[in-house]
Amino acid sequence: MSVTDIQITEDLAHDDHHEEHHEQSFIEKYIFSTDHKTIAKQFLITGILWAIIGGGLSIIFRLQLGFPEMSLEWLRPVLGKWITATGKLDSEFYLALVTMHGTIMVFFVLTAGLSGTFSNFLIPLQIGARDMASGFMNMLSYWFFFLSSVVMFVSLFIETGPASGGWTVYPPLSALPQAIQGSAAGMTLWLVSMVFFIASTLLGGINYITTVINLRTEGMSFSRLPLTIWAFFITAVIGLLSFPVLFAAALLLVFDRSFGTSFYLSEIYIGGEALPNMGGSPILYQHLFWFLGHPEVYIVLLPALGITSEIIATNSRKPIFGYKAMIGSMLAIAFLSFIVWAHHMFISGLNPFLGSVFMFLTLIIAVPSAVKAFNYITTLWKGNIVFTPGMLFSIGLVSFFISGGLTGIFLGNSALDINLHDTYFVVAHFHLVMGSASFFGLMAGVYHWFPKMFGRLMDERLGYIHFWMTFVGVYLVFFPLHYIGIAGFPRRYYSFTNFDAFSSFTDLNAFVSIAAILTFAAQFIFLFNFFYSMYRGRRTPLNPWKSTTLEWTTPIDPGHGNWPGAIPKVYRWAYDYSKPGAEDDFIPQHIPLSSTPESNLDHEKELAKSEGVADKKS
Amino acid sequence: MLNTIIIVASVLIIGILLSIFRVTTLVGVIKGEGKSNVGSGNKTQATLMMLFLISGIIGFFYFSFGGLDESYVQPIASKHGVVTERLFWITMGITCTVFILTQIFLFYFAFKYQHSTDRKAYFFPHNNKLELFWTGVPAIVLAVLIISGWRAWVDITAIAPDNAEVVEIMGYQYAWAVRYPGADKKLGDYDYKEIDATNQLGIDFSDRNAFDDFVPREIHIPKGKPVEFKIRARDVIHSVYAPHFRLQMNAVPGMPTRFWFEPTKSTADMREETGNPDFNYELVCNKICGKGHFAMKYIIVVDEPAEYEEWYAAQDPWLKVNADYLSQVPENLKEAAKIASKIENIDEIQSVDGLSIGSFK
Repeated sequence: MSVTDIQITEDLAHDDHHEEHHEQSFIEKYIFSTDHKTIAKQFLITGILWAIIGGGLSIIFRLQLGFPEMSLEWLRPVLGKWITATGKLDSEFYLALVTMHGTIMVFFVLTAGLSGTFSNFLIPLQIGARDMASGFMNMLSYWFFFLSSVVMFVSLFIETGPASGGWTVYPPLSALPQAIQGSAAGMTLWLVSMVFFIASTLLGGINYITTVINLRTEGMSFSRLPLTIWAFFITAVIGLLSFPVLFAAALLLVFDRSFGTSFYLSEIYIGGEALPNMGGSPILYQHLFWFLGHPEVYIVLLPALGITSEIIATNSRKPIFGYKAMIGSMLAIAFLSFIVWAHHMFISGLNPFLGSVFMFLTLIIAVPSAVKAFNYITTLWKGNIVFTPGMLFSIGLVSFFISGGLTGIFLGNSALDINLHDTYFVVAHFHLVMGSASFFGLMAGVYHWFPKMFGRLMDERLGYIHFWMTFVGVYLVFFPLHYIGIAGFPRRYYSFTNFDAFSSFTDLNAFVSIAAILTFAAQFIFLFNFFYSMYRGRRTPLNPWKSTTLEWTTPIDPGHGNWPGAIPKVYRWAYDYSKPGAEDDFIPQHIPLSSTPESNLDHEKELAKSEGVADKKS
Repeated sequence: MLNTIIIVASVLIIGILLSIFRVTTLVGVIKGEGKSNVGSGNKTQATLMMLFLISGIIGFFYFSFGGLDESYVQPIASKHGVVTERLFWITMGITCTVFILTQIFLFYFAFKYQHSTDRKAYFFPHNNKLELFWTGVPAIVLAVLIISGWRAWVDITAIAPDNAEVVEIMGYQYAWAVRYPGADKKLGDYDYKEIDATNQLGIDFSDRNAFDDFVPREIHIPKGKPVEFKIRARDVIHSVYAPHFRLQMNAVPGMPTRFWFEPTKSTADMREETGNPDFNYELVCNKICGKGHFAMKYIIVVDEPAEYEEWYAAQDPWLKVNADYLSQVPENLKEAAKIASKIENIDEIQSVDGLSIGSFK
């Protein structure tokens, strides 16, 4: 700790930058703020609100699946006419619930809530920048997201219900209001909302990329960037390349829905009439959607993996194992993520030859993923592990990443996908590897960077309780789903009683539902802890986790511009933990090599010499 | 009243929990917890990691090997199903081994290397050999899996043999309609514009192959012979899924698809095997298609080949059952239509038809 303090005073002494201090109005400071830290908090809190809604929706449909006989009359005050006269959930609204749960979780919670929060918060702080490249664009990014949120939220309450064709909104179901009520105004709002959302993501992404490339502090070369920043950077690039394709897909869908075109529609007879549309292809939409949809999985997952890399290294008091391999595997994943999309379409009627090609490409992507998992485990090996709640969530993430990743090997194999496609096996797979893993990344990040965000610590014991209830709960919810998936239970089914083949496992479904309710309930412990600690938590020390990265060199409550004095220079990578010879078990990035001769490695000794020269010159 | 009590009770419980939380926090502050960055709970957490690992593995094996009340494996009834099932369990063996080992490493390391003040972590930033090893091994294992999966896939998706029995399946909200080619073994054309309340499939009667096509209430297929499903949909996407045959293919409006397979067990065989006298093969919709998605059931009956031929021959062509559609047949083909659809005396049928219409009025 002493080392850090000295460095800061030194920086202050050399400071020739005087903060122009002017009072900001409440609106400037908290609402239309251009400060990346405030924008990050806005993303986080909006994301949390969405997570409660998205999770709540899933509890309603889990009640239906677990207890099909139960009367849901008590939900009538909330759901109104979506509870039928007999006290059951309307089967069409069930689909709306499933759809909105997916949309909210994937886009609003795990894309905006995770990437939006931590890219915004950490990029300037960890690369040593005063703010994002464009604070104004950054503000726009949040407010487009907010607008998108409002539209999507409104769609929950309209007469015909929200979009209900599944979160992938495949046409013709999503194109024809005759096919399902949710494809009326609900779908229109869904599309409008997504357009704003895409605009938000692009504004954010351009900013992240520009900031990382241009605003790194002196000495912060790409090979010294913390893995979090690498992850956010790569995520932003993926998003920038793939979200416009979703925009195209959505635009064509708008045309088909409202202007009588036939991009996705052909030879349809519905509601007693033959439609005039000819020559379109529903498969075209699937290609466009999954060209975003698959990279989207990594847009959701990579930031979580980046956060985990950072937290696991810090709390194992060890450098992350295979820093370069981690970057390499992220780059490989990013590249491959664009050429595997059709594995979602093996049985869509796709040419079987294409199916073969995509099977090969898909299974290749398992290799860099495996490398990442092994590297995390090796980072733990011979560590000196501190179990902060952030660390627990990171370990949980690795566990889910492995469990869910391995089932991907089944689904990426087209021959096996024939029987598993759209069953609960798929549900179990992506909820573990993408949903829960990313959610755990989000939680890990919140616990870890809460002190930096709010200057206070979250309560550790509540964090432990929250972790164990959630971790065990997630496994109890999603692991059993593999069994009913292997048994062939189709997803998005309102009830299974119509089929002899699916008449079993009623107890298991009830069990899963109970586990889901408990897991959801556990999140309120987190919510309490989060909001309570924001105001009443214990004040944090400057560097509570003894971390090496730059954000911990800012004051406890960093103001506008992050560092009151000059921005610190960077002399080493982010993972000098437990370096042999060093007195402390961490050396922050801004400590010159020349001041740590006792722990320098051979190649660093050379660097240390030139460092002294460079510093004198400047 | 009950509601009020529940609300009051919940408020009280939450209040008590909050008080306990506040008191323990304050006690912690007084005791001076949180001065060091390693909380007192570190050891507990490490132990819980180990506990989770052990109970997790026990639970995994118990429930995977018979701990559940019901079997989670549907019996297989098709030739390619045996191949994919074998592949499935090979993949399962490999992934479960990796799963168990990696989880053991993860949680055991977490437990073993818990924080201790008199130890320093081992500075181990990278090791090229190790990294090459665990890039290479998964790559090789995956290559083996890909190649075996690819060979199975190529066989399954190959063009159906010429002698395959053809069945047309059309999905619509919320049921299936099925058509057989009839005596000439050739399916007639269809046109979605010909669809009406009776002619669900939109059979196009300007094509002579359509005259003897028949539309049964159940799918019958012969055991031990290749069967090709020609699949389409007329409103939204559906998916033809028959878990016992390990068969699935989307039904797409405007883009016909197909799937061929060879059933290996008749319905009677399966009733014997499962010990369930009411067993039936079911056709399921497995692509979200609207309100009734969960209720699109169709029965598939697998017959012995001889039984199948008998059943096939006994079916009346659709045109015979709905003889008023003769009016859609072009004049020059009317005679051929009557012969192919076995309509013997058109006048008689028309009069009967006239009567029924009359009675409706």
